Amino acid sequence: MNLLSTITGDRRDEWRERASAERRLLPQGQLSGPMPWVIAIMIGLTVVASACGLALRNTAHVASADVAGGVTVQIVNGAPRERDRQAQAALAAVQAAPGIASARLVPQKELDALVEPWLGTTASDDVNALPVPALIDVRLAGTADKAAVAMLRQRIAPAAPDARIDAQASWLNPVFEAIGALQWLAGGLIALLAFATVATVLLASRNALSNHRGTIEIVHMLGGTDAQIARIFQRSMAVDAAAGGIGGLLLGVVTTGLLARQFAALGSGMMTAGGLGWTDWLVICCIPVGGVLLAVLTARLSVLHALKGML
Amino acid sequence: MSQNEDAEIVHFDNVGLRYGTEKEVLTDVSFTLYSGRFYFLTGASGAGKTSMLKLLYLAQRPSRGLIRMFGTDAITLPRDRLPGFRRRLGVVFQDFRLVPHLSAFDNVALPLRVAGVPERDIIKPVTDMLEWVELGDRSHARPATLSGGEQQRVAIARAVIGRPDMLVADEPTGNVDPDMAIKLLRLFEALNRLGTTVVVATHDVHLLRKVPDSLIMRLDKGRLSDPTGALRYPPRRTVAAQRPELLLR
Ligand SMILES: Nc1ncnc2c1ncn2[C@@H]1O[C@H](COP(=O)(O)OP(=O)(O)O)[C@@H](O)[C@H]1O
Ligand SMILES: [Mg+2]
Repeated sequence: MNLLSTITGDRRDEWRERASAERRLLPQGQLSGPMPWVIAIMIGLTVVASACGLALRNTAHVASADVAGGVTVQIVNGAPRERDRQAQAALAAVQAAPGIASARLVPQKELDALVEPWLGTTASDDVNALPVPALIDVRLAGTADKAAVAMLRQRIAPAAPDARIDAQASWLNPVFEAIGALQWLAGGLIALLAFATVATVLLASRNALSNHRGTIEIVHMLGGTDAQIARIFQRSMAVDAAAGGIGGLLLGVVTTGLLARQFAALGSGMMTAGGLGWTDWLVICCIPVGGVLLAVLTARLSVLHALKGML
Repeated sequence: MSQNEDAEIVHFDNVGLRYGTEKEVLTDVSFTLYSGRFYFLTGASGAGKTSMLKLLYLAQRPSRGLIRMFGTDAITLPRDRLPGFRRRLGVVFQDFRLVPHLSAFDNVALPLRVAGVPERDIIKPVTDMLEWVELGDRSHARPATLSGGEQQRVAIARAVIGRPDMLVADEPTGNVDPDMAIKLLRLFEALNRLGTTVVVATHDVHLLRKVPDSLIMRLDKGRLSDPTGALRYPPRRTVAAQRPELLLR
């Protein structure tokens, strides 16, 4: 036990010593040049784009779950009597159908309240006014897909020929399409930013390599191994990239937070539904980590490539 | 005298070197260097001394011929074995090649750090070595703030700090005054007595006289001549010291 700790202690010392010796070969993480700043900006933008993409995805998800099982049955008939009769018949037909979670005839009062902002008066009191359809709000146990709607239509049609049956999701289709387009936009931005980040890191590592080429040659001539030289170089790159990555993450998170507050102030249910969960934050935190790994990998590959050219 | 005093350390057989498609700068170079000896490589400027040393310190592959070093074929040596060979060599480059952002101390410590010597075993030898080349008070100075002669002494200190099996020095006294030149030669001799084979390239024939036991090779337009019989076996080791005028032809 004692022996073991002595050995491991020694080895740790040795490792630390070797690491500190290697640190002295090249100036480390001096945050010189534009590299950390450019990486910070790239990572910051990627974080914002990812946060927006994830928030949009969550919004679409919550909203579609809300309306997924919803079906609206309208009875459009100018004669109030006939309309009420058909409404009752349709309601009965719906309730008799399988897979229905709930079905409810929307009371006249609620309908009046719904249309009042548009028609100005209490429409149903005025015989000459536009006829307001009767409305049945149906919740299916499953999703209101085409088949389910068609099944309902078949059952309702004989009892209520004036019934119009629509999945609620179809009302929101343009919204979902807009959200989808924004998501593609966010995805495209992330891809472009990732590409630009790779290019930046490549350029930076080539730049650093040419700055340190003389030193690398000297260490090489003094018997430094490829792995040793790559390690030194990688570490200095990792320090720069980590500084940039942390800066970028902070920048991105602060921006995202400000954006989120602006949207929360809208008070719209859909926007608050778009909040980010902890898994989303985990994904976002992976972005700078990915950036650092990428930087280290490109540094390693480019330095090994350069060393291959030296005897 | 140790037993392997006359063991071969380097062997060149019909070596030729050309840069690109130019004509050969070294032609038909054949010789053997023996362990523990002190060699001068002399010749006019442009004769090919630096080129030959580059072959010796494995910075250049010959265009043709064979090179054996430490008993191994150096030309077909796999890449991963080169660092091990280089760590057995100490090199004073003609252009010094100090690391510009490292202090004199860190430059001298570099070979030891590359070889993984623990930090506690680095400070004293490096400090002593810097004292020896009279740079004890400049150990924190960066190369750019040192004079040419001071940089050269740092380069020499770096080459000898690891007590290499072979020291290869290219015009190591080119930038220092005569007194310092003598002193540096004494350093090389001291190292030589500890068993290091020394190869010093110089165009300064007066230097040759200063090391009585040295053997002399002469390059003339890329061809090796052997005015003192240094490369014959067994080498005649005293001629050079006694008759340097042979070299002044
Ligand atoms: N890297 C190179 N590329 C092309 N020619 C070179 C190179 N290095 C040296 N030479 C040529 O080789 C010849 C020998 O040079 P060098 O070995 O430096 O001689 P010395 O060290 O004896 O002055 C010279 O003519 C020089 O111009
Ligand atoms: Mg030269």
